Amino acid sequence: MILLQMEGVGKNFGGLTALADFNLSLAPGELVGLIGPNGAGKTTVFNLITGVYRPSEGRIVFDGRDITGLRPDLITRCGIARTFQNIRLFGNLTVLENVLVANHLRLRSNPLEAVIRWGRYQAEEREMVAYSRALLEAVGLDHLAEEEASSLPYGQQRRLEIVRALATKPKVLLLDEPAAGMNPAEAEELMDFIRQIRKDFNLTILLIEHHMRVVMGICERILVLDHGLTIAEGSPAEIQKDQKVITAYLGVETGA
Amino acid sequence: MGKITLPRSGLYSLVAAAYRREPKRWGPMLTGAVILCLLLFIYWAGRNFNPYQVRILNLIGINIGLGLSLNLINGFTGQFSLGHAGFMAVGAYTTTLLMMPPAVKQMNFFMVPLISPLDEIQLPFIVALLLGGLVSALMGFFIGAPVLRLRGDYLAIATLGFSEIIRIVITNIRSVTNGALGLKAIPAYTNLWWSWGFALLTIFVITRLIHSSYGRAFKAIREDEIAAEAMGIGLFRHKMLAFTLGAFLAGIGGGFQASLLTTIDPNMFRFILTFEILLIVVLGGMGSITGTVIAATIVTILKEVLRGVEAPMNLGFISLPGIPGMRMVIFSLLLILVVLFYREGIMGQRELSWEGLFGPRNGRPERGVEA
Repeated sequence: MILLQMEGVGKNFGGLTALADFNLSLAPGELVGLIGPNGAGKTTVFNLITGVYRPSEGRIVFDGRDITGLRPDLITRCGIARTFQNIRLFGNLTVLENVLVANHLRLRSNPLEAVIRWGRYQAEEREMVAYSRALLEAVGLDHLAEEEASSLPYGQQRRLEIVRALATKPKVLLLDEPAAGMNPAEAEELMDFIRQIRKDFNLTILLIEHHMRVVMGICERILVLDHGLTIAEGSPAEIQKDQKVITAYLGVETGA
Repeated sequence: MGKITLPRSGLYSLVAAAYRREPKRWGPMLTGAVILCLLLFIYWAGRNFNPYQVRILNLIGINIGLGLSLNLINGFTGQFSLGHAGFMAVGAYTTTLLMMPPAVKQMNFFMVPLISPLDEIQLPFIVALLLGGLVSALMGFFIGAPVLRLRGDYLAIATLGFSEIIRIVITNIRSVTNGALGLKAIPAYTNLWWSWGFALLTIFVITRLIHSSYGRAFKAIREDEIAAEAMGIGLFRHKMLAFTLGAFLAGIGGGFQASLLTTIDPNMFRFILTFEILLIVVLGGMGSITGTVIAATIVTILKEVLRGVEAPMNLGFISLPGIPGMRMVIFSLLLILVVLFYREGIMGQRELSWEGLFGPRNGRPERGVEA
């Protein structure tokens, strides 16, 4: 069974081809890595899946449904959540509020009910708060619930962004460079964290990462992009030996 | 930020102690007490203030409502709109045309007769107000649909443009609005109860909305549209909600103002009117309800106090003729200074709350209370 499938997806910005003929199929429960040099088109893949960009060609099918060109908020509703390369938390809101915002898509009360606070709104609000607090507790951020998100240290902001994405109750989680700017110890901690949430939330994860230790450490399958083209695909061991990958990262030895 | 030193003894510590024991019970009671005091004050003011002072008090109430409605759009949702004067105009004209007695209408429309059936309609004030709000909300809905796809400066310019279009249309459809002649002898229903009822109701609605899941969604959009959308928040739907509700409240505020001033004409609703409301929002703090309430009070009173600068002045060695509009120069300077040096305004995004006044400050050492 395939959960997320991209078939021949391409994206051009004017004359620039950011991504060409990209194919990806994620089976439920997989943890796949997406690597490549800067500007290879990795984040473009994420932006295409989440609807930030509309593909120039090809189609994207999620859970049996064609989601090509759907609005980002509707794609999130389908069950795809993401984090961002440059952290995009709601800085002036508290940690708890950040997670609560991601519960909003399940709210059924209308604005009038929310103002009057009659009927189901109260119950829904209680449920949202309980779920968000439980999530924060599960990842050890509960003691910071009332702090402003922007006041958190970097590592915890990254973690909060992942928790916020989890609060939308996704089936697929897209992580854009979660280990960026982390030291080896923090990266190690992050790997454990990703393994843990994958197990606890039954997640399928697609991961962009430059931190090779993280990629090789947790991914079961890796795709390598270079200049918008898929140059290799395989297990971490295969990728490490792949000549094209080595060339893409290190260049060609010209032998003077 | 300067720390506020709190009084150390007497009533304060008594209330603070009670509040801290049972905040859930004392919070609403304190709020009730404040509202009761306000109502008593209004009652007292209605009997003892002179008409000029009553009028200022009325304006404060209306300006609180107008400020909050703009703050909902600009401060909380982060969509910088400059179209408030247009919505106020729609509300003011709709309300006036619906509640004005037919005889007065005939007097007003001596150049071009008012079209049927408007010339015979006379509805109760409250119904006319609500309809004024609804027409304004409808206008907000149709303007918002194309305009809210824009961001930042472009949105500001587009809303400003639509506001001017509304004004020009009102000037030109003489058989409905009486054109540049305006409408005079509007029944003066607005009194302190109406204007402050409007203020209190607006405070209630906006506070509840902002502290609900919808309010969090608004703030998320303000903080980061891309992230908000990635969290499943429909940008367009939520922006439209804030914009339309803002337009609704602006329309009602316009209706109250028309009935307070008893005369309206298209030139009242120039950009300068939006600017006055914007000044309240920016001065009070974009995204602060209590800030808007405080700023609305200050700005409205200041506007009267500063009338002095428009009067002819004799400085002994030179006598200056009165310059009408000097007040607005001072307000403009004030806005420039706030934006340059004190962007947060009075409150920033914070709120005055019982928790802040009496509660143990979370994590931080307590100030002055226990000592």
